[in-house]
Amino acid sequence: MTPRRKRLFAVLAIVAGVGAAAALAMVAFQDNLLYFYDPSQVAAGEAPTGRTFRIGGMVTKGSVERTTGTLAIRFVVTDYKHSIAVRYDGLLPDLFREGQGVIAHGKLSESGEFIADEILAKHDENYMPPEVANSLKRPPPPEPAG
Amino acid sequence: MIPELGHFALVLALLLALAQSIFSLAGAMRSHPAWMAAGRSAVVGQFVFVALAFGALTTSFVQYDFSVEYVASHSNSQLPLLFRVAAVWGAHEGSLLLWALILGGWTLAVTALSGGLDAPFRSRVIGILGLISIGFLLFMLLTSNPFNRLVPAPADGLDLNPVLQDFALAVHPPILYCGYVGFAVAFAFACATLLEGRLDAAWARWTRPWTLAAWLCLTVGIALGSWWAYYELGWGGWWFWDPVENASFMPWLAGTALIHSLAVTEKRGLFKSWTLLLAVTAFSLSLLGTFLVRSGVLISVHAFASDPARGVFILAFLIAVIGGALGLYAWRAPRLKSTAGFEWTARESFLLFNNVFVVAALGLILLGTLYPLFIQALELPPVSVGPPYFDLVFLVPMLPLLTLLGVGMHAAWKRGLLQSWRRRLTGVAVIAVVGAVVAGLAVYGDLRPMTTIGFALAIWVMGSSLLIPISRLRARQALPAAVLGMVIAHFGFGLATLGITGVTSFKVEENISLAVGEAATIAGHDFRLTELKRVDGPNFIGVEATLVVSRDGEAVTTLRPQKRLYNSGGNPMSEVDIDVGAARDLFAALGDDLGQGRWSLRLQYKPLVRYIWLGALLIALGGGIAAFDRRYRRKEVAQDAPAALATSASR
Repeated sequence: MTPRRKRLFAVLAIVAGVGAAAALAMVAFQDNLLYFYDPSQVAAGEAPTGRTFRIGGMVTKGSVERTTGTLAIRFVVTDYKHSIAVRYDGLLPDLFREGQGVIAHGKLSESGEFIADEILAKHDENYMPPEVANSLKRPPPPEPAG
Repeated sequence: MIPELGHFALVLALLLALAQSIFSLAGAMRSHPAWMAAGRSAVVGQFVFVALAFGALTTSFVQYDFSVEYVASHSNSQLPLLFRVAAVWGAHEGSLLLWALILGGWTLAVTALSGGLDAPFRSRVIGILGLISIGFLLFMLLTSNPFNRLVPAPADGLDLNPVLQDFALAVHPPILYCGYVGFAVAFAFACATLLEGRLDAAWARWTRPWTLAAWLCLTVGIALGSWWAYYELGWGGWWFWDPVENASFMPWLAGTALIHSLAVTEKRGLFKSWTLLLAVTAFSLSLLGTFLVRSGVLISVHAFASDPARGVFILAFLIAVIGGALGLYAWRAPRLKSTAGFEWTARESFLLFNNVFVVAALGLILLGTLYPLFIQALELPPVSVGPPYFDLVFLVPMLPLLTLLGVGMHAAWKRGLLQSWRRRLTGVAVIAVVGAVVAGLAVYGDLRPMTTIGFALAIWVMGSSLLIPISRLRARQALPAAVLGMVIAHFGFGLATLGITGVTSFKVEENISLAVGEAATIAGHDFRLTELKRVDGPNFIGVEATLVVSRDGEAVTTLRPQKRLYNSGGNPMSEVDIDVGAARDLFAALGDDLGQGRWSLRLQYKPLVRYIWLGALLIALGGGIAAFDRRYRRKEVAQDAPAALATSASR
């Protein structure tokens, strides 16, 4: 093989490899990008139904209700403009507390409640998830018509 | 007084780092022996003063000096001594100081052991390491001074986060940092080579043990972090693809590619510019990782304060280091030509494939880690990349990598696989496939495609690794340290694959509510809750559950998970209990009081999970053994580099 052809092959191999990697990334991205919505956006109907996403906000004080003797728990997440009820069936992370920031991962139900399959923990009790901090700073979105 | 001395020592260290860089680089350019010698003396001085600053901060922690802001924020009067010392690197400022100290240590080791190198080259290496020191010391003094005073001083400090009060986590950052910072040596060697515009086999031989030492520290550090997350965070997960984990895993992948590429550069004089690029990449990713984790830009369960002044400095520093090195590379790398050729089945090809797949995985993980940051910067709706993305983009390149690894280990340089090896490898391949099917069916009663492939690849890699010592011992051939190290590391990689496949495929996790006297069955094990009692610890109070575990009526073990409330306040902490076994772990975490005498519990069955960390330790051990190979201690190379590495690593 001449050096020229060799180089051609090398370039083709690199292009093919990068192409394969890009295709893999696209496929993997397809289902695994998780969008974040705050309670106001959910109230405005911006959040999808039937697709997994994340919500975040502060856990309203006094809103945590347990069904006695079971794992079922319900609490309200708020950005101080709108609120959304979250249902979860499982163990809460150690750092979950009323009046603090939280991120939940799950889907919106027909009745407008958020059914969480995961509640995200964080390392530090003084820490606020960045999305939650941003959403508290944002002006409220316009009220949905009707 | 002591904090002021520490602050002053930092300023002096900065001046000495300046002297180290200027004298070394200018001395090398002008071939001025006295200047180069001055640069070397500055290395010692810089290290001594950073060590003094570190000692001053440690003393402030040990003596409960809450007038120092950093001490007041990260310790309190009830914290035991070990954790008061570990609290030094428990947050941003102190961890930067630790970074600078370890960099000083590596620089000192390189200076002490590089007598055999060409003098101007040695000076350039020292000068470049000095430039990195300047960056870190300036960053600390300008934006993140750990010695800032608090007026008036509080009577007591806040606390070190209880999850961080743990032995594995106390030693995790220093070991991880030894790895991160260790790549600075390979980086400095690469930059010095580019400056000189020539690269020979001695260069690669010189760089290899240093890179191996850094890489093995990083391996141990990552394994410790994973182990800690498993038993401390209470979820029983061992890897979350959290951005902070990715930040340490990406330099590790780059380092892995680098040590394989270095092998080709040393033995065959090929892949020269690629090896240099990897050396630059490994350290750039270490820097990126340090800053991503510590600056708080990441959306992550790991949280740290953010500060715009820091952000600007970090960005400028990253651009200067990475941009500078890449600019140098673009300018000088074309001079380094590799000329030799090789067969497609030669060892060179297999190492090339290793690099292709490792770098592909690295690139895709980098994309997934940084993508949310780009989106955030563009002010689009916030988005995060879920763990399944990372599972997929890591798994896909690893399947061909593991397959080729089993063959590549036995391929000869230049020529390829010998006939005798083909027969043996066919044998191993048959054993691997049969073993995977039997293990799936007989042990777990299940035959899923991905599980079978995972088990087969694990057995394939382990078996293929073992062929080397077996055939060498039979033929009464010597087993040099480099070969032995490679065998152990690859065996460990196979073992980790076995553990990952086993635990991912067959784990059972249940969240359950139990009252005293009730039982739950998890994977054939009965967990009976027999008692709930109050416990009083030195700085916490808590509740302890007693779970008697039995299988088919026979007692297996008793687990006692706790829920603790630390006196310093904050949230309750779960203290899990694990029954460790060769075949499986049984894992119990206590949740919350649900009322009516019922408590929530997380019970888990984790088959083969231990082999993940055991495999990682074997990988590190293999790296360590390989670094001790005799040829690295030849005359033109420094006398006993690895021995000194051990001392700098323990620092």
